[in-house]
This record gives sequence, C-alpha cells and structure tokens, in this order.
Amino acid sequence: MERKIRVLVAKPGLDGHDRGAKVVASALRDAGMEVVYTGLHQTPEMIVEAAIQEDVDVVGLSILSGAHMVLFPKIMKLLKEQGAGDKLVVGGGIIPEDDIQELNKAGVTKVFTPGTTTTEIVEYIKTEMASRA
Amino acid sequence: MAIPREELLKRFAGGQRAALSKIITLVENHATSFPDVLDELYPRTGKAYRIGVTGPPGAGKSTLVSSLVQTIRTKEKTVGVIAVDPSSPFTGGALLGDRIRMQDIGTDPGVFVRSMATRGSLGGLAEAAGDVADVMDAFGKDVVITETVGVGQCELDIAEACYTTVVVIVPESGDAVQAMKAGLMEIADILVINKSDREGAEQIARQTRAMFELRDERNGWDPPVILTVAFKGDGIPELYEHIEKHRQFLAESGLLERHRQSNVEATIKAIVEGDLHSKTWNEATLGRLESLVGDVMVGKVTPRQASGVILKMIEGRQEGG
Repeated sequence: MERKIRVLVAKPGLDGHDRGAKVVASALRDAGMEVVYTGLHQTPEMIVEAAIQEDVDVVGLSILSGAHMVLFPKIMKLLKEQGAGDKLVVGGGIIPEDDIQELNKAGVTKVFTPGTTTTEIVEYIKTEMASRA
Repeated sequence: MAIPREELLKRFAGGQRAALSKIITLVENHATSFPDVLDELYPRTGKAYRIGVTGPPGAGKSTLVSSLVQTIRTKEKTVGVIAVDPSSPFTGGALLGDRIRMQDIGTDPGVFVRSMATRGSLGGLAEAAGDVADVMDAFGKDVVITETVGVGQCELDIAEACYTTVVVIVPESGDAVQAMKAGLMEIADILVINKSDREGAEQIARQTRAMFELRDERNGWDPPVILTVAFKGDGIPELYEHIEKHRQFLAESGLLERHRQSNVEATIKAIVEGDLHSKTWNEATLGRLESLVGDVMVGKVTPRQASGVILKMIEGRQEGG
C-alpha cells in the first residue's frame, strides 16, 4: 500500500490569522496528503502532543504574530525531548530573513514567506519526504 | 528512522505514547510487519469498552466526543479516540479537522486521539478502524471511542462494530420521516439531539421518541433520546449515564458476548475477503481480463461469462496448489 504523507498544520500563538494555514492545508490535501489541521491558538505542548499522537511526517507551523523566535524553538525542543525530533518541521509567515537563518539552525528546515506559491510548498515536502524514504 | 519491531513492542508495553502511535501507523499502512504485530497484541485486547459516535456532518460529533471524554476522565478511566474523516476519492488526500474541536483533551495524558482518513479502501475501512481500536485496547485504554460521519455503509459498519452506538443529529436534521429514511437511525442505541438550544429540538425529540416506540424493541433495549449542547457540556453526564446503562444491559443480557462473537466473525471474514481480493488480481488474471474486455466489446461473450472464465482460472490455481 502506498505510504501517505501525513502533515500537521498548526497555528502556535495568539494571532488569529488562519487564512494562510487553511490555504496551505487545502493545497496539501489536494496534493494527496493527509492533513491534520488543529486550528488556532495552539501552545507548543499541544502541537507536539498532536504531532506524536497523529504520527505525522511533517509539522507545518504558521505564525504571523512575531513570536516565532520564542515559539518555534520551544516546539523544536519539545519534539526532541519527546523522541519526535525526526519530523520535518517547516514554518510560514511574516518572518525576517535574519530570523530564518536562526530558525534553520534550530531545526526548522524551511521557512516560507509571503509570495510563496502552494506548489512550491507541496514540491518541497514531497522532495524532502522522498529523500528520507 | 525505523525502530526495530521488538523494541517498538517493548516500548508499547511500557506505555510509551509514541510507540502506540507508531504501531497505529504500521497497522493503518498495512505495513509488511503488521499482521504479526496485531497477532502479538491480540491477547491483550478485549478489555476496552467501545463506543461509536456517528451522525451527519456538522452535527457536532467532535465537540460531543471531546465533552464526553472529559466526563469519562472524571471517572478515572483512560480513553482512546479514533476520529475518521473522508479521503478525497480524486486525490486521495484528506483534511482531518476533528482535533480542532478536541482542544480541551489534547494534552491530557490519559487521552489519545488519532485522526484517520477513510483512504477509500474497499470496505477495508471497518477492518482498519477495528484494528486501530484493538491496538488502543491492547495499550490499556479503558474506553475507545470511534467517531465517523454517518454517511455510507462503511461508516455505519464501523459504528455498529462498537458496543454502544451513539447517533448524533441536530434540530435542523429535518422531520422524523427524514430521519427514518436514513439507515442511520436503525443503528442507534442512543440518540442525541445536539445543539438542542436551537429551535425545534423538543419537537424532533418528540418525533424520534415516537418513532422508536413504533419500532420493534431491539432485543429489549429502548433507545433513549437525549438533548445536549455539547460545547457547553449540557446533557453530557446524562449521555454517559445512558452509555453505562446500555453497557450493563448488554452485559446482563449476554448480548455483549454475542456482539463480540459477531465482531470476531466479521473480522475473520474481512481478512479472508481482503486476502482473496489481493490474490485475485495478478499478472495472469489481469492479462486475461484485458482480452475478455475486448471479447465483451465485440459481443463474443457477456460480462458474466467473462467473469466465469476468470473465476475458473483462480479455482484452477488453488487446486493446482
């Protein structure tokens, strides 16, 4: 049986802008992936617990509040502590270039900024997953 | 980064949630090691009480499940939740959104929620959902709740495989005749009218109660109709009480045992049929199929005669060993 790519799409923090996350979630579904969408206002603990229970391959984090430098590293730390450090973690939102480099170092492999097409995101995940298989 | 099977089972036995999750994935993907993993876990199953929750989209099933789980947790019981959502028949993708309504139970260590896509499998869904329930059961969950959208035979099968089936509708679900039409109502052990703070709740409750009275009593169980407002938790303790009552009823009347028996029968059948199905189509039969399609198109044989040819091929294969 074909192995489905499972993705968690979550919005950590307090901003209420979930349009982007929903667009990405729909695009990934349309690309044949199984997308677990958890919605707004997720704490890092909630996201990590969902990632473990759902055994997703990819964790996609959308944030527009500016709190990414706090929340993303916290999520990475918790994932590692819980033995789930092998998951591909990607981010999206209004995130400055300098921060992206820091986040990359923390293990957020890719950060998609405004203007990214959904096709790019789909392709990135598919390529990464294929190389890990 | 695959963990060796033995190690995975050891971690599972040690109560590690990540191991539970990985084993569910194996089972869901029908990974090569999945049959013997299930065989290994099977002796540990049979302790969890299984509840099915089903109903039309938007009835508030996930919210209700979340609320019900919180009530069950006050009784010191652990809970596994399987939330089934449809896969797209076109892309095979799925958007699994049940967790949005289950935030309150998301980080409770006594609760494990797993979303599952239907993956459009040929009737294999009920089997797969049953397998996942077995895994949660073996892990030691006291209660396993399976939530499905109540459309389509498959989803109904899943709900019915549970010991207590809760059907959730809303006041807008239409009049009683509409409700009777849907096969949904026949499988209800308990009927919930959710969002009952809306207009028409009392009316639909009355109508469905009258409808249940008309129906032959199902082995002596009269399905109660319960009004809830799931997001506020209204009516949920009452729902739990009725689930308990139904459980007692099943246990005392011997029906629980019969239910288990018929589940075992259905499981064996499903495995046999699944294996037969995968054995039916190989290079030889598929090749023959192609030529037979041509024969039917030009009017040489009928589809039924053509299928006879293929069935003979399969029988011959089995006799030949």
